[in-house]
Amino acid sequence: MTATLTKTKGKVYGIISNLVIIDADGPFAQNEICYILAGNTRLMAEVIKAEGNKAYTQVFENTRGLKTGADAEFTGHMLEATLGPGLLSGNYDGLMNNLSTMDGIFIKRGDYTPTLDETKEWYFTPIAAIGDRVAAGEWVGEVNENSIRHKIMVPFVLQGQFIIKSIVSEGSYSINKTIAILTDQSGYETQITMTQKWPVKKSLTLYKEKPRPFIMMETGVRTMDILNPMLQGGTGFIPGPFGSGKTVLQQSISRQAEADIVIVAACGERANEVVDLFTEFPELDDPWTGRKLMERTIIIANTSNMPVAAREASMYSAMTLAEYYRSMGLKVLLLADSTSRWAQALREMSNRLEELPGPDAFPMDLPSSISNFYSRAGFVYLNNDHTGSITFIGTVSPAGGNLKEPVTESTKKAARCFYALSQQRADSKRYPAIDPIDSYSKYLEYTEFQKTLSSLISPDWADKVSGIKNLLIRGKEAKEQINILGDDGVSVDFHVTFWHSEVIDAVILQQDAFDHIDSRTPLIRQKYMTDNVLKLINTPFYFESFEDVQPFFKKIIDKYKQMNYSEFESEAFNIFEEELQKITEGKKMKL
Amino acid sequence: MNTSVFQKIYTRLERITKATCVVRAQNVGYDELATVEGRIAQVVKIMGDEVTLQVFGGTEGIPTNGEVIFTGKPPTLKVGDDLAGRFFNAYGQPIDGGPEIDGEEREIGGPSVNPVKRKQPSELIATGIAGIDLNNTLVTGQKIPFFADPDQPYNQVMAMVALRAKADKIILGGMGLLNDDFLYFRNVFENAGALHRIITFVNTTQDPPVERLLIPDMVLTAAEYFAVDKQEKVLVLLTDMTLYADALSIVSNRMDQIPSKDSMPGSLYSDLARLYEKAVQFEAGGSITIVAVTTLSGGDITHAIPDNTGYITEGQLFLRRNTDIGKVIIDPFRSLSRLKNLVIGKKTRADHPQVMNAAIRLYADAINARTKQENGFDLTSYDKRTLDFSRDYAEQLLAIDVNIDPEKMLNVAWNLFSAYFSKEEVAIKKEFSDLYWPTK
Ligand SMILES: Nc1ncnc2c1ncn2[C@@H]1O[C@H](COP(=O)(O)OP(=O)(O)O)[C@@H](O)[C@H]1O
Ligand SMILES: [Mg+2]
Repeated sequence: MTATLTKTKGKVYGIISNLVIIDADGPFAQNEICYILAGNTRLMAEVIKAEGNKAYTQVFENTRGLKTGADAEFTGHMLEATLGPGLLSGNYDGLMNNLSTMDGIFIKRGDYTPTLDETKEWYFTPIAAIGDRVAAGEWVGEVNENSIRHKIMVPFVLQGQFIIKSIVSEGSYSINKTIAILTDQSGYETQITMTQKWPVKKSLTLYKEKPRPFIMMETGVRTMDILNPMLQGGTGFIPGPFGSGKTVLQQSISRQAEADIVIVAACGERANEVVDLFTEFPELDDPWTGRKLMERTIIIANTSNMPVAAREASMYSAMTLAEYYRSMGLKVLLLADSTSRWAQALREMSNRLEELPGPDAFPMDLPSSISNFYSRAGFVYLNNDHTGSITFIGTVSPAGGNLKEPVTESTKKAARCFYALSQQRADSKRYPAIDPIDSYSKYLEYTEFQKTLSSLISPDWADKVSGIKNLLIRGKEAKEQINILGDDGVSVDFHVTFWHSEVIDAVILQQDAFDHIDSRTPLIRQKYMTDNVLKLINTPFYFESFEDVQPFFKKIIDKYKQMNYSEFESEAFNIFEEELQKITEGKKMKL
Repeated sequence: MNTSVFQKIYTRLERITKATCVVRAQNVGYDELATVEGRIAQVVKIMGDEVTLQVFGGTEGIPTNGEVIFTGKPPTLKVGDDLAGRFFNAYGQPIDGGPEIDGEEREIGGPSVNPVKRKQPSELIATGIAGIDLNNTLVTGQKIPFFADPDQPYNQVMAMVALRAKADKIILGGMGLLNDDFLYFRNVFENAGALHRIITFVNTTQDPPVERLLIPDMVLTAAEYFAVDKQEKVLVLLTDMTLYADALSIVSNRMDQIPSKDSMPGSLYSDLARLYEKAVQFEAGGSITIVAVTTLSGGDITHAIPDNTGYITEGQLFLRRNTDIGKVIIDPFRSLSRLKNLVIGKKTRADHPQVMNAAIRLYADAINARTKQENGFDLTSYDKRTLDFSRDYAEQLLAIDVNIDPEKMLNVAWNLFSAYFSKEEVAIKKEFSDLYWPTK
C-alpha cells in the first residue's frame, strides 16, 4: 500500500457480533488492518466496507464487552504475512500467529505472537555478489531450513532494478539482521534482511511464465494416480457429504505426495484433526526423503471454534506461504480443508453487512473469489529459469451433500480435477469413496501431459486407463441389467462383466488409509497391479452358470487384497500371487 | 466485579419486537446482560447509542416505559466443587431448593483451547453396546450425537451410555426437555447411586425457548471447571440440540437476518461448532466428552441441523428400528465414530478393524439380497446366507440392548462369519482368520 495512508484513528460506533463500525478521523483503505482497543487488549480487524467516514470492519476476535467510543487505530497496510526461514514445521493460526509460543491452554483474545523466531540464527550463504543487478524475487542467498535450501530473496514489494552494494559473507545471522544493501538507479539505498512481508490477498506473480501443468504429482492413492492424476501445479477439489472421507483422503495425500513443501490449511474444521497432524507428523517418515514429515510441513489452523473472520485469512495466508516457497523453485502442495467454511465465513459477514445475497445467501462475488484463489496455484518458470509449482487441492462440504450448491458449482469452474466422494461408496465402506465414473482429471486431455505420462509409466498407459474406466462403466450397466432382469434373466456374461468391475474396485480403487502398507502404493506397484488385473480381466474363464461366477471372483478378490496388504514383492506377496494363479489356471476356458 | 454502584436505570424503550427491545444507553458492552422489567436480556447489537437487547423470556407485556438495568457483565456461572449433584436453570440459578453456589464467577462461552495444547484422544469408552463399541467406538474427548427420530429411545440410550462410561462427572444439559424425560434422567441417575457426580442444567418445554441458548454454554463452563481445574473426566450430555438450533432460528428470524437453508441462520455451523469443539482431551488428564442428541424429522439427515452437526461432530450414532428383529439398532451404515481409528486394533484386539468392516460389508450384501427378494427374484445361496447372517448380526450385535465386552463382540462376529460363510467370502487378512476362524 502507498505511503499516503498516514495513521488514521477512529472510535467504535456500532457492534454486531464481529462486525464493528468505526467512525474514522481520516482516510482509510478497503482491506486495511486496524486495531480496536477493548480495555487493554488490541483486537485486530480488517476494513471490508467504507461508507463516508464509517469503516465497516470484520474483527478477527470475539467482541464481547466492547463498547462504543473505544479507540481504533488504522495501520496503513493490508493483512500481511511475515516470510522468512523458520516457517517450516510451524503451527500457525489464520493470522500467522505462532500457536506454539502462546501462553496458557486457552487462546487469549489479542494474543498476537510473532510468526518467526527473531533470535534464532541461520547459516547464510550468499548467492549474489556485490555489483550484481537484481530485482524483486531474485535469490541473493540461502540458508538451510530443515532439509531444504531456503532462498533469501529480494523483497517482493520492491519495484525496479537494483545493484547489490554490499552483501554479508557466509555466516550465522538472525532474520532481522541486514544481509545486503541494494541501491536503485537514483542511488537510493535499501537494506534487506532475511525476512519480508507480503499482503496475503495479493497474488505473487514474480515469475516469467506459467505454462499448463504437465508433470504428474504422485500421491500413492491408486484411484487418483491411475484414473484421475493430479499434476505438479495442478488444481483439484474434493466435494463430499460429511463422513465420506474428505479429510482422510487429504491427510493421505499430505503424507504421501511427491512434494518438497506441504502446507495444510485447516479452515473451519475440527481441532482434533489438526491434533492428528501435530501428533503424527513429527513421528512419520516422508516417503520421498526419509526425513520426518513435519520437516516439510506447515500447518495453518483456524479451526471451527476459532474466530470466523480469520478463516478467510487462513486461506490467503496459506496461499502466500505457498507462493513464497514456489519462488524458491520448490514443489509446494497446498491443501485446504474445507473451502466451504471459508465461503460460509464470507456469507456470515455479507449477511451482517446486509448486502444483497446471491444463491443460498452467499455473497454475489463468491464465484470470482473462488476462481481468483485457485488461479494462484500453478507451475511456473521463475525469472532465473528454475521451476516451481503450487498444487492446490481443496475440500468442499456441500450442504446436504447436494453438489448443486454455489460453492461446489463455483469450484467446479475453477479447479481442473474433480474427486467426487459418493455417499453410497462411503456407506458400504468402499474407501476412498471417490466416484470413479463421475470424477475427472482434465489433465488427461493435455497432450503435453500425455507425453510425460507415457515416458513416466509406459506408452500404452493412457489406453489402459481409459480401458479401466470403460470396464467400470460397463460393470455398472451390467449390474443395472441384472437388477432389472434378475440373476438368471441375463446371460452369464453380464455377471462376468459386473465382477470384472468389482475386481477393479476392490483391488485398485479401494485402499485402506489406515493400513501402513496399503495406504501408499508407489507408482511402480500401481503399474504392476494394474497390469496384473487387466491380464486377469482379459482371460476368458469357463462358468457352468451364473451361480459359479461370484464365488470364483470372491476368491480372486480375496487373494488380491492379501497382496495389497503385503509388502510389495515380499515372500507373502509372491505366495498370494501364486495362489491367485492356481485359482485362475483351473478356471481358464480350454481353447 | 461489583456493578451495583454504577447501575443506571433506563425507562424509555425506543422499539419493541417479539424478542428484542431497543433502548438508548451509553457505556454498554457487547454481549452484556441486562434486565428488562426484571426479565433477563442480552445485548445483541449496538449502533451509536441504540442498544438492542434480546429478551430471553420474550417481550410479551413489556411496556414502552419498561425498566432496563444493565449488569455490566456477560452471562456468568459460579463454579466450584459444590456444583456436583445440583440442578440449575438456564441462567445457572439453582432450581432444587438448595443454596446458591459459593464459588468463582466465570464468564460462560469462554475462549477456545489452543489446538497445540490439546492431546490426541486415545482412551476408549466402553459402553457394552456392540453397535457402538464394535462399529463406532467412542473415545474420551470426542463429540458425537445420536441421530434419532423423536419417537426413538435416545434419552434412554444416552443415560445408559453415561452410566457405563466411567466419567468423574456427568453434566446434563436439557433443552426443551419434556418434564417426564427430565424426571426419567433424575430417576435413572438416582437409582444408579450416581446423583452426586451429576450436574444438571435444564430448560424444559415449560420454559421460554430462547432461554435454551444459554444451556450449552452453562454446561460447558461447568465442564471446563472440572476438566481443567480438577483434571477430571467429564461427560457432557446435550439433549436435544435440534431444539437448541430451533431457538437460534427463532432469534435470527426475529432480528430479520437473511435465513439460509431450512430457515436456519447462516451462522449455524459456527454457532454449533463453537459448542461441540469444547470437547477436548487435555495433556494433564482432564477431558470433556460430548454426547448429544439431534432429533431428525422423518429420518432426513440432509436437513440443515443434522447436516451441519455431522460436519462438526466426530461422527454420529444413528438409531433405527430393525423390522427383522423388532428392535432399535445402531445403524451400521450411517453411523460413524471418526475417532475409532485411534483405538481400535490398538486398545482392542488387532483383528477389530477388519472384523468390523467385514461384518458391515456382509450386512450391506444382505440389503442387496433383500431388494432382490422384494423385486421377486430368486436368491442365490450366498444371498440367502447373507440374510440369515444379517438377522443374527442385528440381534446379537447391533441391537441397543446388547451388553458385552469388546473381546466377546469380536468372538461373536467370528462365530457368525463361520456359521454362514467361507473364509474367502469374508475376506479378512489371513493372519487374523488363521488365528480366529472357529474350528468346527
Ligand atoms: N481411505 C479410507 N480408509 C479407511 N477408512 C476411511 C477412509 N476414508 C475415510 N474413512 C473412514 O471415514 C471416516 C470419515 O472420514 P473423513 O475424512 O473424516 O470424512 P469427511 O472429512 O468427508 O467428513 C473416517 O473416520 C474413517 O473411518
Ligand atoms: Mg473432514
